[in-house]
Amino acid sequence: MALDTAAVRADFPIMCREVHGRRLVYLDSAATSHKPRPVIDAVTDYYERFNSNVHRGSYQLAVEATEALEEARRKVANFIGAARDSEIVFAKNATEAINLVARTWGRANLGPGDPVVITELEHHANIVPWHMLTAEQGIDLRWIPIRSDGHLDLSDLDRLLDGARLVSVAAVSNVLGTINPIRQLADAAHDVGALMMVDASQYTPHLPTDVAAMGADFVAFTGHKMCGPTGIGVLWAKSELLEAMPPFLGGGEMILNVTKEGFSTAAVPWKFEAGTPPIAEAVGLGAAVDYLNGLGMEQVREHEVALTGYALRTLNQRYGDDITIHGPTEPAERGGVLSFEYKGIHPHDVAQVLDRSGVCVRAGHHCAKPLMRVLGCAATSRASMYVYNDESDVDALADALGEADVFFIE
Amino acid sequence: MPDLEDLYREIILDHYRNPRNRGELETPPAVRAEGFNPLCGDEVIIYVQVADGVIEDIKFGGQGCSISQASSSMMSAAVKGRTVEELQQFNHAFRSMMSIEPDPDDPAPTNGNSADVKLGDLEALKGVVKFPVRIKCATLSWHTLTQAVEEAQADS
Repeated sequence: MALDTAAVRADFPIMCREVHGRRLVYLDSAATSHKPRPVIDAVTDYYERFNSNVHRGSYQLAVEATEALEEARRKVANFIGAARDSEIVFAKNATEAINLVARTWGRANLGPGDPVVITELEHHANIVPWHMLTAEQGIDLRWIPIRSDGHLDLSDLDRLLDGARLVSVAAVSNVLGTINPIRQLADAAHDVGALMMVDASQYTPHLPTDVAAMGADFVAFTGHKMCGPTGIGVLWAKSELLEAMPPFLGGGEMILNVTKEGFSTAAVPWKFEAGTPPIAEAVGLGAAVDYLNGLGMEQVREHEVALTGYALRTLNQRYGDDITIHGPTEPAERGGVLSFEYKGIHPHDVAQVLDRSGVCVRAGHHCAKPLMRVLGCAATSRASMYVYNDESDVDALADALGEADVFFIE
Repeated sequence: MPDLEDLYREIILDHYRNPRNRGELETPPAVRAEGFNPLCGDEVIIYVQVADGVIEDIKFGGQGCSISQASSSMMSAAVKGRTVEELQQFNHAFRSMMSIEPDPDDPAPTNGNSADVKLGDLEALKGVVKFPVRIKCATLSWHTLTQAVEEAQADS
């Protein structure tokens, strides 16, 4: 059954507000999604009824707060098909989750010349941590190129994977929308004895996620792009990997014992969760997972495919050669992220004109500068859609885009 | 919201469409500096040739929005042939027009009063202040020029 977007919109309080006297047309969900009422209520409810520190109080409130945190972990584990709840490590965001792997597994297991393979379409969050390991430990960072149709060019994969220790790839590009062949890459990585990490930040909010079906060893994603609060992200990893990895940050919560001579670490996942965790945020993420399950992830994806198809058709029919939409042309091969160039007008100027009509799009390099270089541009405008968007939002974008001509086309 | 017409004044769009001093200079004798706006990926490249405290020639390149390109173009036209001291006065006057607090490392010029400086075409960028996100677009070329001139003077 298709999503009832009118009902979905009614769940998101922010959809009631106006911008510059116009209704809000929010097309920047690849940057962050809005929050439905149940998520906002869960966070408020936590502070009003349970607030206390976790894993250390013996009183009732602390027991309930701890239970709320661990319940959120269970919900996230179920949502992505994790074998155990303890495979879910809460982090600040996907960036921290990727850095956690680079700083712990990477430092312990990678040395000079060890190949780590990423792609040209990665977000900076899956580039810079490896640049840092290149500088510190001399790893050999390799790049899978992309083709002009926005898909990965796997023609030279065997050579790129030769000797690889880790393959780390975005499941969905935050610029092109490309859905990458994660299972194929994971199998190829395992064939050469490498581990597979997936940056699922743009995948988990939009498609049913099954970490086992992906064939991944590490999966990172963030809460705020999937209806959850900011400040909470997730690293999933296989238990045996988490057990073997050294700890990340040191402090309270992550220890079993501390003496003047040293320390021993707590069990996973707490070994990686130093300090008071983002408890309310985790509870909010649990509520977001409940909300998305209520909509049905199959339906969420179906809606995305239909709306992406409508957007591609509408913009191409309306503007023809005046618009270039990057990435795959088939909605089934992509997410609802549309990066485009319009009549050579700079994206900053496009976004400024669209804002006047209440249309929110992102302009810039989208934290993917190496990809921008491959595309041959410094920046793009990007419209990205989610469960609360419908055809009227696409129409509003198409209408407002033409208004840029007044200023920039002689 | 403030009118877009305040931001995209005709004179700004003219500099954007017909940029003055766009190009490159041979280095040396010119000095080249690059500026980045990490928010949006805009890049500006400034070539400047300084001799005896005078900006003899200036060119700019790179990619950016209408505001950053127009600002580079207007700046190049304003400072070409001026002394480095005059540049400091322009810079200070421009920054205060952009409502930017004086930089403690870059005190107001001692010679002359920057309030007296006539910014000319650059005055058109005043409307940018009403669009705070765009202020960085307007100031990027000035930062980069300051850096290039410091380098040129260090070399001489």
